[in-house]
Amino acid sequence: MTDLHIGEHISRQYNEELEDIRTRVLAMGGLVEQQLKNAVQSLVERDTELAAQVILLDHEVNAMEVAIDEECTTILARRQPAASDLRLIVAVIKTITDLERIGDEAERIARMASRLSEDGRSVKLVTRIAEMGQHVREMVRGALDAFAHLDTDKAVEIWDRDRRVDEEYESLMRELMTFMMEDPRTIPSILETVFSIRALERIGDRATNICEYVIYLVKGKDVRHTRLTDEADDA
Amino acid sequence: MQSTTATAPDNTGDAQAAREDICLQVRDLSLWYSESQALKSVVMDIPRRRVTAFIGPSGCGKSTLLRCFNRMNDLVEGARIEGRILLDGQDIYAPSVRVAQLRQRIGMVFQKPNPFPKSIYENVAYGLRLQGVKSRRRLDEVVEKALRGAALWDEVKDRLHENALGMSGGQQQRLVIARAIAVEPEVLLLDEPASALDPISTLKIEELIYELKSKYTIVIVTHNMQQAARVSDYTAFMYLGELIEHDDTNTIFTNPREKMTEDYITGRYG
Repeated sequence: MTDLHIGEHISRQYNEELEDIRTRVLAMGGLVEQQLKNAVQSLVERDTELAAQVILLDHEVNAMEVAIDEECTTILARRQPAASDLRLIVAVIKTITDLERIGDEAERIARMASRLSEDGRSVKLVTRIAEMGQHVREMVRGALDAFAHLDTDKAVEIWDRDRRVDEEYESLMRELMTFMMEDPRTIPSILETVFSIRALERIGDRATNICEYVIYLVKGKDVRHTRLTDEADDA
Repeated sequence: MQSTTATAPDNTGDAQAAREDICLQVRDLSLWYSESQALKSVVMDIPRRRVTAFIGPSGCGKSTLLRCFNRMNDLVEGARIEGRILLDGQDIYAPSVRVAQLRQRIGMVFQKPNPFPKSIYENVAYGLRLQGVKSRRRLDEVVEKALRGAALWDEVKDRLHENALGMSGGQQQRLVIARAIAVEPEVLLLDEPASALDPISTLKIEELIYELKSKYTIVIVTHNMQQAARVSDYTAFMYLGELIEHDDTNTIFTNPREKMTEDYITGRYG
């Protein structure tokens, strides 16, 4: 774990601006995590009211993205950040984009949950989807923790967990496909489920992106499209 | 001109510069002004036809180091030097070196534009006249070439014989650069060349530096960190007479190795 020494600038106002941005990213992350939790729950419990909350929350998440983006632009224009300050701003701009997309995916899941329960259809393999949802949520939370504490070990660990989520996705897909082949009448409702687990799988990918930004922020290394575990070790 | 093969000194740790053709080599250079030590065993390689920027807080030794390159410190009473500076492999402090000749090869431009109270033409022709060049045609050629090189020709070609002191500060600074390049040096030393200029003149100087580096090795001292980031290929950070870090400019400004460098360029308490 390291420290960016944000509070050590000669300009106190600059310290406050950077600290504020970090706090707001974590607040936005908290909202998105909440969205994700509620979305999966609404799908599993067929709770339309909870689904509606998720959809509503998305406006707030979007507004936060815009506001943080603007703050980053202002800092770039007025402070010309360098070194770790610059990497912080770049990492923040990228992180909030992924967070916003995670929110969008959660919203998508919530919309499907509403449709399914309004039509009175059941969700196949619901326990396992709930489990996958839990794993994805842990990834998002872990990525945000890694960001909050600048913890690259944690970032690598979370990044590594994406494999398990991908496997869960593949396995669920195979089974859902079998259901569809066995009884074509189930296709419409199973397709909704397919889209939901696809959304969860994508959220896992977004969480790994955030882990990569954390490593970039702390070590100044761009580990995208590399075998991250090797890269992070030799730094 | 013989070029020296580069070997990166260990304590600059500069892998990038090691692949460059090296123009100036500084070897264990220490300098004292009477009792106080202004430079402490500086080791660095300055690549040819690249811009190297020296940054650091006031009193860190960056201007002192720059002045060593054309032996300006010779004039300072009580200044004492140890170590060596090699230009193309030859020690510029060797007894056989004639300082006037050295300064033709290593030109210098200062913070405050210092044109002579003569015409624009005579300012640029000055170095050649010192060398004994008398041919009018040759002088005309060189003056035009130098003024073009300093991106000043179009602005002054119709008033070459007016007094240089009537020019704007930015024009005067470019005139001084034209005067420096008229004698075709290898190295240009720029000591805060834009700090007395307005932002537009500053950008013109920076653009000029970019153009000049295809022909000259440029070393610039600047207090303006963004300027160092904009114009230089390599940046050296100095502190209390020591070279703390010397690396390619992208690395220095995105991911410096030393915490002291980081603290300085990001405006933190050292």
